[in-house]
Amino acid sequence: MAGSEVEGGKRRFLLAASSVGWGVAAAATAVPFLASMLPSARARAAGAPVEVDISKVEAGMMIRSEWRSQPIFVVHRTAEMLSDVKAMDSRVADPKSDASSQPEYAKNEYRSRKPEYLVLIGICTHLGCSPIGKLQAGADSGLGSDWLGGFFCPCHGSKFDLAGRVLKDVPAPTNLRVPPYKFLSDTRLLIGEDTGA
Amino acid sequence: MSTARALLQWVDERFPLTALWKSQVSEYYAPKNFNFWYYFGSLALLVLVIQIVSGIFLTMNYKPDAQQAFQSVEYIMRDVEWGWLIRYIHSTGASMFFIVIYLHMFRALLYGSYRKPRELLWLFGVFIYLCLMAEAFFGYLLPWGQMSYWGAQVIVNLFGAIPLIGDDLAVWIRGDYVVSDATLNRFFAFHVIAIPLVLLALVVVHLIALHEVGSNNPDGIEIKKRLDPNTGHPVDGVPFHPYYTVKDLVGVVVFLGVFSVIVFFAPEVGGYFLEDNNFIPANPLQTPPHIAPVWYFTPYYAMLRAVPAFLHTQFWGVLVMAAAVLIFFFLPWLDHSRVKSIRYKGPYYKVALALFVISFVVLGWLGTQPTDFLGSVGKTDIAVILARLFTVVYFLFFLLMPWYSRIDQTKPEPERLT
Repeated sequence: MAGSEVEGGKRRFLLAASSVGWGVAAAATAVPFLASMLPSARARAAGAPVEVDISKVEAGMMIRSEWRSQPIFVVHRTAEMLSDVKAMDSRVADPKSDASSQPEYAKNEYRSRKPEYLVLIGICTHLGCSPIGKLQAGADSGLGSDWLGGFFCPCHGSKFDLAGRVLKDVPAPTNLRVPPYKFLSDTRLLIGEDTGA
Repeated sequence: MSTARALLQWVDERFPLTALWKSQVSEYYAPKNFNFWYYFGSLALLVLVIQIVSGIFLTMNYKPDAQQAFQSVEYIMRDVEWGWLIRYIHSTGASMFFIVIYLHMFRALLYGSYRKPRELLWLFGVFIYLCLMAEAFFGYLLPWGQMSYWGAQVIVNLFGAIPLIGDDLAVWIRGDYVVSDATLNRFFAFHVIAIPLVLLALVVVHLIALHEVGSNNPDGIEIKKRLDPNTGHPVDGVPFHPYYTVKDLVGVVVFLGVFSVIVFFAPEVGGYFLEDNNFIPANPLQTPPHIAPVWYFTPYYAMLRAVPAFLHTQFWGVLVMAAAVLIFFFLPWLDHSRVKSIRYKGPYYKVALALFVISFVVLGWLGTQPTDFLGSVGKTDIAVILARLFTVVYFLFFLLMPWYSRIDQTKPEPERLT
């Protein structure tokens, strides 16, 4: 065909333009497939807030609940436990929770709305195991005689105090997370929602 | 002309069957000095077939549903005719796959099989290794036992440690806020179709590359350099069939013997092939007291645990673990030795390889244990200190290779195979 040199530029342009077009179409087609792997409407609905009755949690005890299939720890702290939290300030990695994740109302000394009630997501910030409550201080915990109570992750040995703050020199990088929550009454907690509290 | 011959001719006129058989098997010339270490390539193919066949039959009774998965595995074990056998074949096959692949990779380290012109062959092999790890990981969630569940939780959270996008990425991988039914269902899809397809394609590409460049051998010299002037075939080569098909059959018989002993007498291998905790159904609210991956991942797991959190993120451990696997890709360009085979390499490489193997084995052993099992010095566990030491040794094998492989006292390579 005559003038193939003249046509060359046009051909390259058409080739490049259609390649870009096909590329965009391919990327657009990938979106629904990739997005289908996000949490479904049902999974999101299962993330709705849950109510927890704390009337039967005696001082010094802990209950486990569930929100978004994650374990939730609620600890009723005694006055002695609260003073132990203060005593741990020098032994925790992030005493003021600056690098950790919690709602604004839990970014305080005791990491809670009410000092006596600690609410935590019971998932280790290291790799997602669920720590064990070792609330009693002392050597009986198996964690040494200087243990002042808290949580111990069996997977990789991370330790947290009674405010969920991570101790120094353990694998976990930050304090245990605090979920959004509010008190519906003195004995009822709502986990997963904190508006209007 | 016999009917069979006529049929073959009919096919050959339409598909190059005889030509393929000749070029890839009966007239594919392989070095005549293959030894013990050359069994593991063909054995890996055998295990692949075993896994695919046993896997297909497991799929017929398994249910990828968080409510039913654990029960369906027990159903296979107790009620399905021969189900226990098929399941134990599949679970044993998973571990045997890694044993065979690790020995196959060690062979390449012994004889320099990754060196020019086999770089691509090696790269395809490393991709196969990555696929195999993914396949094993996805498959391990399916029985929905405690170790399945918490193992997946830990590994998916590794992605969560990636700065900025980590949390969203982990949610996307799981399809939920924690490992759940959605996760199980998609891991099933990855395990039975997505990864196997990629794996098969990579195996084909690996074999095409192998037959293009030809096999390396224990002397690490190229047999294609010396061709018989009359036939044009390498003088130090023998046709793959019947010489190596027969040799490999011996390997197959011995291997299947070992395989059967495990399947019939010790399918759990003391908790190493099937972990004790996995006989308890998954419980999202209760982590087992000690979590360890199956043995083939433990060297990397030990590295992950050895790296401390730094700057309020434990991403560094994830990075080290990923680097430990990905560094295999660079091997062809790290080795500057004048010779390929360990037979002619000097003392530096021999010591380096020995240290590397020791560190891999020790890390693997440490990864199966709790971190405090050796006690502690001050606040640091002895096992963690050991893991750090051997992690460094592991990486130095690669990182110092450009230097020690160049100054090593090598022996001259022979002209012909010995």
